[in-house]
Amino acid sequence: MLVGNTEPKENIVVRGARVVDPVEGVDAVLDVRVDDGVIAALGTDLDTNSHRVVEAAGLVLAPAFVDPHVHLRTPGREDEEDIASGTAAAAAGGYCAILAMPNTDPVVDSAATLGSLIEAARTQAEVPVGFLAAITKAQRGAELTEMGELADAGAVGFTDDGMPVAAPGLMRRALQYGAVTGRRIAVHCEETSLSREGQIHEGEVSAELGFTGYPSVAESLMVERDLALAAYERQPLHLLHLSAWESVQAVRRARAQGVQATAEVTPHHLCLTDEAVRSLDPNLKMNPPLRAASDRTALVEALKDGTITAIATDHAPHARHEKEVPFEAAPFGVIGLETAFAAVYTHVVEPGLVPLEVVIERMSAGPARAYGLDEPHIGVGKPANLVLLDLTASYRITEDSFRSRSINSWLLGATVKAKVRGTIAAGRLVYSA
Amino acid sequence: MAEIRVMREDLRPPAMPPRRHFISIQDVTREDVERLLATARTFERSLEREVKKLPTLKGRLVINVFYESSTRTSSSFELAAKRLSADTMSIKSSGSSVDKGESLKDTAITLGAYDPDVIVIRHPQIGAPHLVARVTEAHVVNAGDGKHQHPTQALLDLYTMRQELGRIEGLHVAIVGDVLHSRVARSLIQALTLMGAHVTLVGPPALLPRGVEAMGCEATTEISAIAGADVVYVLRMQRERMQEGANYVPSLREYATRWGVTPERIRPGQKVMHPGPMNRGVEIDPRVADHADALIETQVRAGLVTRMAVLYDLLTTGPIEVKTESVLEVA
Repeated sequence: MLVGNTEPKENIVVRGARVVDPVEGVDAVLDVRVDDGVIAALGTDLDTNSHRVVEAAGLVLAPAFVDPHVHLRTPGREDEEDIASGTAAAAAGGYCAILAMPNTDPVVDSAATLGSLIEAARTQAEVPVGFLAAITKAQRGAELTEMGELADAGAVGFTDDGMPVAAPGLMRRALQYGAVTGRRIAVHCEETSLSREGQIHEGEVSAELGFTGYPSVAESLMVERDLALAAYERQPLHLLHLSAWESVQAVRRARAQGVQATAEVTPHHLCLTDEAVRSLDPNLKMNPPLRAASDRTALVEALKDGTITAIATDHAPHARHEKEVPFEAAPFGVIGLETAFAAVYTHVVEPGLVPLEVVIERMSAGPARAYGLDEPHIGVGKPANLVLLDLTASYRITEDSFRSRSINSWLLGATVKAKVRGTIAAGRLVYSA
Repeated sequence: MAEIRVMREDLRPPAMPPRRHFISIQDVTREDVERLLATARTFERSLEREVKKLPTLKGRLVINVFYESSTRTSSSFELAAKRLSADTMSIKSSGSSVDKGESLKDTAITLGAYDPDVIVIRHPQIGAPHLVARVTEAHVVNAGDGKHQHPTQALLDLYTMRQELGRIEGLHVAIVGDVLHSRVARSLIQALTLMGAHVTLVGPPALLPRGVEAMGCEATTEISAIAGADVVYVLRMQRERMQEGANYVPSLREYATRWGVTPERIRPGQKVMHPGPMNRGVEIDPRVADHADALIETQVRAGLVTRMAVLYDLLTTGPIEVKTESVLEVA
């Protein structure tokens, strides 16, 4: 279901890194040998077989990351991002696979549009990319897309991300029919009659700054509804970008009752609260909005205990001139592919909130599992999907830091820790620094 | 689990250069306010002379940019600048390049090319003055940005209260009406609490923003709460901000019945203020508006001298500074 450049396959030995794969139960200083793009050996003092050698003492070698939530902006807004630039950014962020959202112009709601994207990705994608298709035609929330044909044409899953499936009856049909395709349904949970005109989280900060509030309950009400429908239909469901304490509680309850729900959280919701919005920087405007400290605490806790199964960037490139406007006029969304690990490491791992191994799992196996993709693992015989991390690096994020075509990062100007030094995706070296 | 740090201190570099602006009441200290009020008092005396023009800001350029309709704010800023001998220009969104779709950034850069000393801006969107401050070299004065702030209004209200009641500290001020959509209310709450006054907000539940008590005031839906206040500050029902179908209140008629400030609801000697323009018969009964205890005209006069004080202060030595909110890096 994933497509992209897959040649040339790498012959390489990564020597002396701390190899961390929480799923395989590995955490040791080892050499890893990759023969023709496949992990051939793990051990100490491995014969290099005249392969290229990467000296990696002091670095961490982990399963490469999977981003289940990327806006590649193609077709329609190639000035903001396209397959080549977005996957190049993904490579620099340590990703071996990304999933692209279908809210493009036109929407990915037909096999023809999907087919042209897949065809383009075969030659343009630096790392393998999968495409989600829309649940409803033009994401208008009225008629189901031809999900069977879309699945046959290669859709990885279905979502109307960017907006909710407003009508409960239609959402039920989507879950029923989605089951036939064997693909996962993913939902953007927002009750728009509660969130409408909302700019930031409804709370003390919105009261003081005067922004129309986007209350937590606008999300959690829809989370509750969709979980109820998934429970009733006994179908799995993936919840996109959770932001609120109440949503986390709902997922935890539903999972305890046997609902097959997976959920994702973004780096910015793990790292920031609505206090940050006081700067009125349009790069702090996203949907769902940054919420209160208690929400952030709940998200971090849920990431740790596995209620939230994936970290997703919700990488949302926007043209510079569209963000250089008053906060209220700016579009929602920030980029994140190239800074996700550094942000989470700096603000979540290093302060001791969540262990490194958990973050690695939630950025690799966790998101892959949500959509039934092959999980990246460091084991003999597995395709080489590896990321080399320098946890000691400290550097400043600037406008020149990005391979993405857009620079709307909330981290512009900030100093972060942890740098991606190399990425091998599907056996191919796609990034080194 | 370990305590989670709030990120605002270590988020990113200053959104604004360290130039003096007056964008929010949060930009000023109590001392700044005292100085501005004293300066305004001095200007009030100077306006009692036969020749009212002062040479103080001769050769300075003040540009007023108004993206929203305004009578009293735009006229008082323009007159304030003229009374101080500054050159003035007024740009309105209609009839300018804004009509042709020019972005605020480009308009600001264009105006900045004339090297203005001060840009006074009113804009319907929160954050507009911050953007102008980022892209020009001028001192920026916020004449109202969306529902966010209207700091010179708060200053003129403080001035009026002090002139009429002799003090601000310890006053009890009830602010009545549509707090949710009111930049006037937000600036005034901050200004009054900064100066040691006590603030009670009164209005329909949907028009009292959730979490507003964190600003240091009380909030209630009971109109009887205005009885004990020294000053009843009536907010305009912002009909133009009421989205259709939002149902903040069932009707203006019902609002007037429950929350309208009528002679029966106030007592003699209680001062009544209103930032204008008034909807007589909605938030304020005409008998209250025209009563001797109403300070509405006094407020307008105070607007001129306090805006003179703000322009003077920014262009001389007063330490109004923008406090940057977010902004150091992670060590």
